[in-house]
Amino acid sequence: MKTPEQLKYTETHEWVASEADGTLAVGITDHAQEVLGDIVFLELPPVGKRYAQGEACAVIESVKAASDINMPVAGVVVATNDALAKSPERVNADAYAAWMFRIKPDNAGDVGGLMAAAAYADHAAK
Amino acid sequence: MLKTTPLNAAHRALGARMVDFGGWDMPVNYGSQIEEHHAVRRDAGMFDVSHMLAIDVHGDGAREFLRRALANNVDKLRDPGRALYACMLNHAGGVVDDLIVYFLGEDWFRLVVNAGRAEGDLVWLESLERIAGVAPAIRPRRDLAMIAVQGPNARERVWQALPGTRAATAAMPSFHARQSGEVMLARTGYTGEDGFELLLPAARAETLWQQLLGCGVKPCGLGARDTLRLEAGMNLWGQDMDESMSPLDAGLAWTVDLASARDFLGKAALLAHPQRWQLLGLVLAENAGVLRSHQKVSTAQGEGEVTSGTFSPTLERSIALARIPLDVEVGGPVQVSVRGRQLAAKVVQPPFVRNGRILIN
Repeated sequence: MKTPEQLKYTETHEWVASEADGTLAVGITDHAQEVLGDIVFLELPPVGKRYAQGEACAVIESVKAASDINMPVAGVVVATNDALAKSPERVNADAYAAWMFRIKPDNAGDVGGLMAAAAYADHAAK
Repeated sequence: MLKTTPLNAAHRALGARMVDFGGWDMPVNYGSQIEEHHAVRRDAGMFDVSHMLAIDVHGDGAREFLRRALANNVDKLRDPGRALYACMLNHAGGVVDDLIVYFLGEDWFRLVVNAGRAEGDLVWLESLERIAGVAPAIRPRRDLAMIAVQGPNARERVWQALPGTRAATAAMPSFHARQSGEVMLARTGYTGEDGFELLLPAARAETLWQQLLGCGVKPCGLGARDTLRLEAGMNLWGQDMDESMSPLDAGLAWTVDLASARDFLGKAALLAHPQRWQLLGLVLAENAGVLRSHQKVSTAQGEGEVTSGTFSPTLERSIALARIPLDVEVGGPVQVSVRGRQLAAKVVQPPFVRNGRILIN
């Protein structure tokens, strides 16, 4: 299970990357893709929509099951990775390269409240 | 404490992702389920299905007993080695289990039943002896392991691994089985491809598994087994039918012998309750989600339900088996409720895929 140090993580297995422009890129963790198995479908949120923290905003379907992807912090969706939606198997190939959407957080400081790599690794191992 | 098959250590050594499958610790995949699926459609893959149970029915009255116990007619089994797919029904005509029965000799039949149903099946079969008035010996064969080797090159790989079995099975037609030394080779399966299901002493299972690996057979988990059987249009007990469901309503009328005078358990109930549903295939029109069990199907003739749904690696689309009203026609459009959205799907006649070929358009 890979958990890159520079990322932040949620209990519901999303990773969050802070971009230079103040937006956050969001994907699912390596652990999550392994549990889900082969990913075959991705439904991304509409650009411009605001979600509360923890709100379901996207859906990922593997051969096995459908799962929600939750908003890591409150904010507005500013971009979606439509190329990824066309080849969702790339989530299995490299979960941390497969960003799904970018958000502009309502409060820039909220990302600090998410889990660091070590804490997430412990959480995922449970 | 989960039950384990004789191949448990072999699965772990291959890095399998193990899951609790009805109380058994089983491999769901060894990496990519979709790659395992394609290996079976294009070359050869193998599945540990030792969690399934072989039950031998032995001795005087074995045939008479099964004539009463099974909805399909074992009188179709005349030449030794013949196999038959059959349902075992309860008094109400519901499906207790589905199984394959192999005719191994006039007083010897072998049933292979679902893992999750095995204990109940044994109790049920023993209780039937009183009703049938004959009492053959019913012997669960927990001493046997079972490996299904499936795919266009599966038989060739088995013959490479077990050279002594080639002569005995090269000319053997499908749905037949033969004992060769310690191994029973059955030309049956649950994938829609050619191949063998191998039953052998548990102590020999790991050696054979390693030999098959050495011959290039790809290990495949229960995940691929499910997508393969669904593409092949084969029912899964617990999803596509169960104890509350008549085989006639589960697309299994072809396995029920209502034509002969033979009486079997559940027959009176089937005759009293005509078919109400048909089980047909669905293909999602656009790649806009995945069909799953229990989704509602809306048709012009009324509502139905998805019984099994998945993403088909061969069609690269979502497919399903669905219980729908009798008047719905193949080719017709229906709507399926997928996570709150109504998605268009087309009704098709399963199987979707057989022997590597897509059969629906």
